[in-house]
Amino acid sequence: MDTHRHLDDELSSLRDRVLLLGGEAEQALERAMYALSERDSEVAQDVLEHDDQVDHLEVEIDRQCIDIIALRQPAARDLRFVISVAKMAPVLERIADHAVNIARAAIDLNNEPELNSVLDLNSMAEHALKMLRAALDAFTSSDAISAREIIKSDSRINDLYNHTFHRLIELMVTEPATATRDARLLFVAKHLERIGDYVTDICELTVYMAEAAFIKHT
Amino acid sequence: MPVEIAAPKIEVRASTAPPPQTDAKAKVAVSDLNFFYGRTQALHNISIAIPERIVMAFIGPSGCGKSTFLRTLNRMNDVIPGTRVGGQVMIDDHDIYAPGTDVVELRRRVGMVFQKSNPFPKSIFDNVAYGLRINRLTSSSSELAGRVEQALKDAALWNEVKDRLKTSALSLSGGQQQRLCIARALAIRPEVLLMDEPASALDPIATSKIEELIFDLKKQYTIVIVTHNMQQAARVSDTTAFFLLGKLIEVNSTEKMFTAPNEKLTEDYITGRFG
Repeated sequence: MDTHRHLDDELSSLRDRVLLLGGEAEQALERAMYALSERDSEVAQDVLEHDDQVDHLEVEIDRQCIDIIALRQPAARDLRFVISVAKMAPVLERIADHAVNIARAAIDLNNEPELNSVLDLNSMAEHALKMLRAALDAFTSSDAISAREIIKSDSRINDLYNHTFHRLIELMVTEPATATRDARLLFVAKHLERIGDYVTDICELTVYMAEAAFIKHT
Repeated sequence: MPVEIAAPKIEVRASTAPPPQTDAKAKVAVSDLNFFYGRTQALHNISIAIPERIVMAFIGPSGCGKSTFLRTLNRMNDVIPGTRVGGQVMIDDHDIYAPGTDVVELRRRVGMVFQKSNPFPKSIFDNVAYGLRINRLTSSSSELAGRVEQALKDAALWNEVKDRLKTSALSLSGGQQQRLCIARALAIRPEVLLMDEPASALDPIATSKIEELIFDLKKQYTIVIVTHNMQQAARVSDTTAFFLLGKLIEVNSTEKMFTAPNEKLTEDYITGRFG
């Protein structure tokens, strides 16, 4: 038996699975934001129901990482890859969880009159999705340079969040009748801001995988 | 027996990276060492510093020269006809290949444990006492008994054999025999201990005992171990050196070597993607 080819096959399968999980998280976010902006509660409900599959995939990846470490004892770049995937899978699952929370907020908001206020939530979501896609590409190609650039771009989401936060607080004061809806939107904004942070975590893991450099908290 | 080193099929370049920095004093310092079995060059310009009281592992594929290099450190290759050595091996401040070197004294300072345990067909006590007796290192039978006991304790064997010191060493299990050989090496209080695949013939429990022993012994000794088992190198050593086709490719802290080696050849070997 060619054990090295066997390991390569397992690592390749692990890579496919984590990309699948990334795709699920990306789709969940995209659909949750669609449900919110288009006031489509059916789509939001789909996001909620699909989350079990995301959780299941995360557990499968966990198991596969443990099996590879226990049975194949990877070293050097293989070890860094498996460790990065093991740490990345829960991050992607949490992104999907935030998408689920956005979908829940959409269902609640869709039962109430639409707010006419101009908010940056769609811009935030577009930027978060762009970051997530780019982060998954950087991971696939082990591209630490792109990963570092994506980390820098998280400040854009933070700026949009701060702007949205102040705008919603202002609305709560000037139009108290909208306060409940404003609060829900504030949570949505916070979920998007957290997704930006999670994408940053993914990029930090990609840098570790590619360069063995720890850039977290630096 | 001469070992033919296959002609290089891939380009092997010795690392230009500096060895890892350490505060420990170099116990062994090798410069530009070349070694030949007849007309076959087995080692090419090896330079390496082995700090005091650490465990250094030598890894590499079969025929890469790691065991040959190990044996240059106490001139065990001298007994092989037709071998030649060039360069310098300093232990402390003494060049062990300098004319007039007392090779017996050298091997007392630089002990060796081999792949296959090789107890003498004598009692457990006499095996450990052997080196002490022929080197006349003790002046009384009580001192001799004390040194034997200490060596057996240092080799983590005392509790298993203290009640049967007069029985034949050949009655011990494989793992016990190997620890007896380590005790025999330790009895004469070497400064450096060379181990050539000391656990390759042992089961996992006996291997684990040898590895724990190596970990404990580094408090007192400088240990160099050749191993084919990379997990073993990762478990027991502080520093790892990778050899390929008679060249030293990389020396690095074991942690760095197994997570992010500097050289691609090392990475390919460690990840099993060689050749």
